[in-house]
Amino acid sequence: MTANPIARAVSASPTTGGGRLLLQRSPLARLPDTVVRYGLTALAALILALIVYFFVRLVGQARPAFAKEGVVSFVFGNDWNVNAEHFGALPLLVGTLITSALALLIGVPVAVAAAIYATELSPRRLRGPLTVLVDLLAAVPSVVYGLWGIFFLAPKLQGTEQWVADRLSFIPFVGGGLVTIPNYFITGLVLAVMILPIVSAISREVMTTVPADHKEAALGLGATRWEMIRLAVLPYCRSGIVGGAMLGLGRAIGETIAVTILIGDAPQLGHHLFNQGYSLAAVIANEFGEAQGLHRSALFAAGLVLFVLTLLVNGLARGLVIRAARARGQSGPAAAGPGVAGAVAGA
Amino acid sequence: MSAQSASPSTLERFAVSSARRRRDRVARGSILAATALALIPLVLIVYYLLEKGLGSWSTGFFTTDPTGNTFFKTSSIGGIKSAILGTIEIVALASAIAVPVGVGVALWLVEYGRGSVFAQLVRFFVDVLTGVPSIVFGLFIYIVLIVGTGGTYAGYKGSLALSLLMLPVVIRSAEVVLQLVPSALRESALALGAPRWKVIARVVLPTALPGMVTGVLLAVARGAGETAPLLFTAAYTHLTTFNLGSFMNSLPVQIYNDVTSPTTAVVNRAWGAALTLVVMILLLNIVARLISRRSRVA
Repeated sequence: MTANPIARAVSASPTTGGGRLLLQRSPLARLPDTVVRYGLTALAALILALIVYFFVRLVGQARPAFAKEGVVSFVFGNDWNVNAEHFGALPLLVGTLITSALALLIGVPVAVAAAIYATELSPRRLRGPLTVLVDLLAAVPSVVYGLWGIFFLAPKLQGTEQWVADRLSFIPFVGGGLVTIPNYFITGLVLAVMILPIVSAISREVMTTVPADHKEAALGLGATRWEMIRLAVLPYCRSGIVGGAMLGLGRAIGETIAVTILIGDAPQLGHHLFNQGYSLAAVIANEFGEAQGLHRSALFAAGLVLFVLTLLVNGLARGLVIRAARARGQSGPAAAGPGVAGAVAGA
Repeated sequence: MSAQSASPSTLERFAVSSARRRRDRVARGSILAATALALIPLVLIVYYLLEKGLGSWSTGFFTTDPTGNTFFKTSSIGGIKSAILGTIEIVALASAIAVPVGVGVALWLVEYGRGSVFAQLVRFFVDVLTGVPSIVFGLFIYIVLIVGTGGTYAGYKGSLALSLLMLPVVIRSAEVVLQLVPSALRESALALGAPRWKVIARVVLPTALPGMVTGVLLAVARGAGETAPLLFTAAYTHLTTFNLGSFMNSLPVQIYNDVTSPTTAVVNRAWGAALTLVVMILLLNIVARLISRRSRVA
């Protein structure tokens, strides 16, 4: 304490009237500081309180439906019949999962390839414009994706889909049967385009952190460009890319309007990939307006299932992205989260 | 490589086998092809939007409200005036709520909370908010402000739903930018005797401002394109209104309504509205990028 000259000066300085040190501020002058400090803390606490409050109210609204059906048979019951007041959300859950899985299957390889090209292979001058173009996909509103999908993409691809369905008719749930214009596959395809920018942005961000030493070492040992990517870049980025893919999955699961337009809104399990179905988010958007009583409660329950599902997926994703950052010896939220670029792509 | 000095045998030793070279070429080719594939949807969407959208843009398109009777009177279905104005009103109010709150929380996280357990908890909940599907935000507001109060749909309720959606984007981006403000600046101001709040107001915020504007504009762009939270908070109406307490139209909801119509003219109106919405959002994005390029921090 006394070794510090300032502290010594402060403690040695004469006190003013009220026993206050000369260099200290008066209590009145300290007031704004206290107000700002506690005001901002209250704001942060408000966010927490708000989310907890919303969650509790949502559970409360969903309770009648859960009470009638039972939680397990609500989630896994294969019967969504509004007229009979019978609500089993399996067709919705399956629709959500199938379309999201398709989106990952199609979207992630393309997104990662675009990220590899932008960071490792493209001419330096092309890098900026390429990044901007892929990010532009995030600026298109989901209702526009729906509009484009149903009036342009779906009719254009129907013939091809029918051809594929006929060829693959020996695989159950994939081929055979008549292709409808709105269906699981087309929904998954459009979702793949929608998650492309966020997966690509996060992959790109992780790839730029690969130390030049590693890449140069690989090239120095005689690796080709591709071998360098496979041996030095991809293993280093694996958990980051998986985390980005999971964030994309969360996005796909929660996507509402584009899915509502594209999936066909049929309240039963589709017989195969090219058949129409329903999803958790779509059922809320489509039926909420005219729903009453138990039906409405069932829709809240569907919202709760959706909320919990995205929570699980996102929690897993954050964990992976943070672990990837830790493994690289970085710390702090800037390294852990997707950061500004992630927020950009997320928008 | 010094080809002249190397003897044939060393050249042979260092040469990449043709199989490896072929694999390299195939892999790079497929990566390039996949990148091109990623850009195809963008080209198609932009092309189709322009072709269909520009066709329905006419003089009366932006100055008339949509009319209710769309099935028989295909010639006078009206324009999208109420949708454009409604979107601007709803998003403006949503930003007025989300920006101060979001920047406040980010300030607390960077200036006061830092690594504390409570700050970790707040960060975790902000991450939770980021992942919540937009339609669930609509449900939240519906439960609290419509079931809870027994009221009806209203523009400001739509704004609240959108502000919840924008909040995590604002917090996240503001936090990243605030962290980039050099701590030497803060320390100099404190050493000169400035109280903490004055350091924040006069030093930290002005330094971080351009970067934060970028984040805010991106959040606004995100909010403007959302449909799902508005469906049962602000609902749909034909009329232009400046009363935030009544039903309010918006571009995304107008498009969603028109998509399901059996009438071609109405679907064309959806394309025109979609082009309008995309142009508005793109402008926001471009301005955001220009500002972020100008700013010194971030």
